[in-house]
Amino acid sequence: MKESLRQRFGKALRDLGRKNQDIYVLTADLSGSTCASFFGDEFPERFLNVGIAEQNMVGIAAGMASCGKYPYVHTFGVFAIQRAFDQICSSVAYSNLPVRIVCTHTGLSTGLDGATHQSISDIAAMRAVPNMTIISPADALEAELALKALERHPGPVYFRLTREERERILPEDYSFELGRAVQLADGDDAAVLATGIMVPRALAASRLLKEHGFNVRVINFSSLKPFDTDMVLQAARETKLLVTAEDHSIYGGLGAAVAETVTEAGLATPIVRLGVPDVFGESATGDELLDKYGLGVEDLVQSVLRKIAD
Amino acid sequence: MSNSKVLALEKVARSLRKRVLEMTTDSQSGHPSSCFSCAEIVSALYFSEMSLRPEEPDWPDRDRFVLSKGHAAPILYAALIEKGILPEEEALTLRKLDSRLQGHPVLGKTPGVDMTTGSLGQGISAAVGMALVAKIEKKDFFTYVLLGDGELGEGQVWEAAMAAGHYRLDNLIAIVDRNFYQSDGNTEDIMSLEPLRAKWEAFNWDVTEIDGNDVAQCQAALSLARRRRNRRPKLIIAYTKKGYGCSIMDDDVKWHGKVLSKEQAQGVIAELEEGTR
Repeated sequence: MKESLRQRFGKALRDLGRKNQDIYVLTADLSGSTCASFFGDEFPERFLNVGIAEQNMVGIAAGMASCGKYPYVHTFGVFAIQRAFDQICSSVAYSNLPVRIVCTHTGLSTGLDGATHQSISDIAAMRAVPNMTIISPADALEAELALKALERHPGPVYFRLTREERERILPEDYSFELGRAVQLADGDDAAVLATGIMVPRALAASRLLKEHGFNVRVINFSSLKPFDTDMVLQAARETKLLVTAEDHSIYGGLGAAVAETVTEAGLATPIVRLGVPDVFGESATGDELLDKYGLGVEDLVQSVLRKIAD
Repeated sequence: MSNSKVLALEKVARSLRKRVLEMTTDSQSGHPSSCFSCAEIVSALYFSEMSLRPEEPDWPDRDRFVLSKGHAAPILYAALIEKGILPEEEALTLRKLDSRLQGHPVLGKTPGVDMTTGSLGQGISAAVGMALVAKIEKKDFFTYVLLGDGELGEGQVWEAAMAAGHYRLDNLIAIVDRNFYQSDGNTEDIMSLEPLRAKWEAFNWDVTEIDGNDVAQCQAALSLARRRRNRRPKLIIAYTKKGYGCSIMDDDVKWHGKVLSKEQAQGVIAELEEGTR
């Protein structure tokens, strides 16, 4: 079954808004695409469409947060993280204000609009901002659970959602905990450490590898900051190979975080990083792009087979 | 306003300048001339117009002040010291290791600072956010934002100006410290702002022009802006002189981002204490 992360998040935010009067929702002329309209339709007085002005939107949110509010700004990854980066750093994160940056279109999987709309450096950028929390849910359920878990989180949060409907992979009794990675498949031959929409692909790859006789662990890193280094090191000690997978540049994202963690611990477990190579994307469907740029299920399978076969 | 009140506000302005000089001369770093141009504005705001509780700096219903030209931080700290919100003993920690008095203001670090600023153009957006909360939640507090004129080159200022007009924020009062100088020279040579009044009026603001180094005019314009609840944000173009009140720096751009030597500062402090300016 597939379900849209952005829709489920948008509806859950509307539901939170029924109880929490301090929630405000802002968008920069993308209320439909980002599903901010679910909240806006029910609470027009706490909903602001500021026009196409993302820097101002983030600044307004900072001012609201300074008055005790929880503003959720909605746009695409590129327009928040790239265009309003300084506003996020100076007006929001420096003072640890509880602004929520909700980006519903991130990574190559944003698809047809092309590279101007595909944020592939956002995780790297946000990881380097002090006080920032980064959440990259694996499916629609986790998007809702993370939203609820962080409702009163005192600092800024970046929610990295995705445009297209994605497979529902997590069980209904799944629980989200900030800073905790969750093992979704067992195995000691190798481990795939994945985030966001690469998690379902990692699970599919693990199933295929079982047919080849390999047991491959899959770990969901939805909490990219804070980061579960214990889970990384456990996988590095218990398996022979770590493969990271993210719909993001290979620089500065999950793969980098894993490599930093393993290297600093003095472990020598081989690491293969799957991510967008150092190139801009292009127009095509999200799935076509993930396959073209080395993020397909088959890429995951082959990256394990090549290394383990050695 | 009574003559005695004018004299009192002038005295505060002199005192603010003196504190700014003491701080920036001791740290040998900062922008004293950018502080001097707005001393009367800050005096009128903190000692006549703004509703604050010094014993409760984060009182939720206080008026807000956003120093969008964050490099004038020392004069904000001086006002907070004069108000009794910051302890006087901290003044000379400005820009030093482990100080609460950062080179530019930081919300959450320094009591009485309502918004983090320093990257120009951002403060006014935050002020719009504060004014929106007050309007939507029917609270009575006002939001004041002080902009530099060079700062108006930032596109974000105009995004915020458009939003304030659109949302009819008559609880938002912006002041432009129009000293005609930015870091590299005259604003009109670098990237002309004029016609400045017409720009703001075109964004649906009510605009008043005053002599920003005349404290009575500052107080009168601020007070009038607060009383006019006509669903339009208010802008005060305060014509000032960079470095005003100090014979050495007066109206001279070469002092932007520069501090006086200890000897120079002593002379100016003596001038200010005599109240000759």
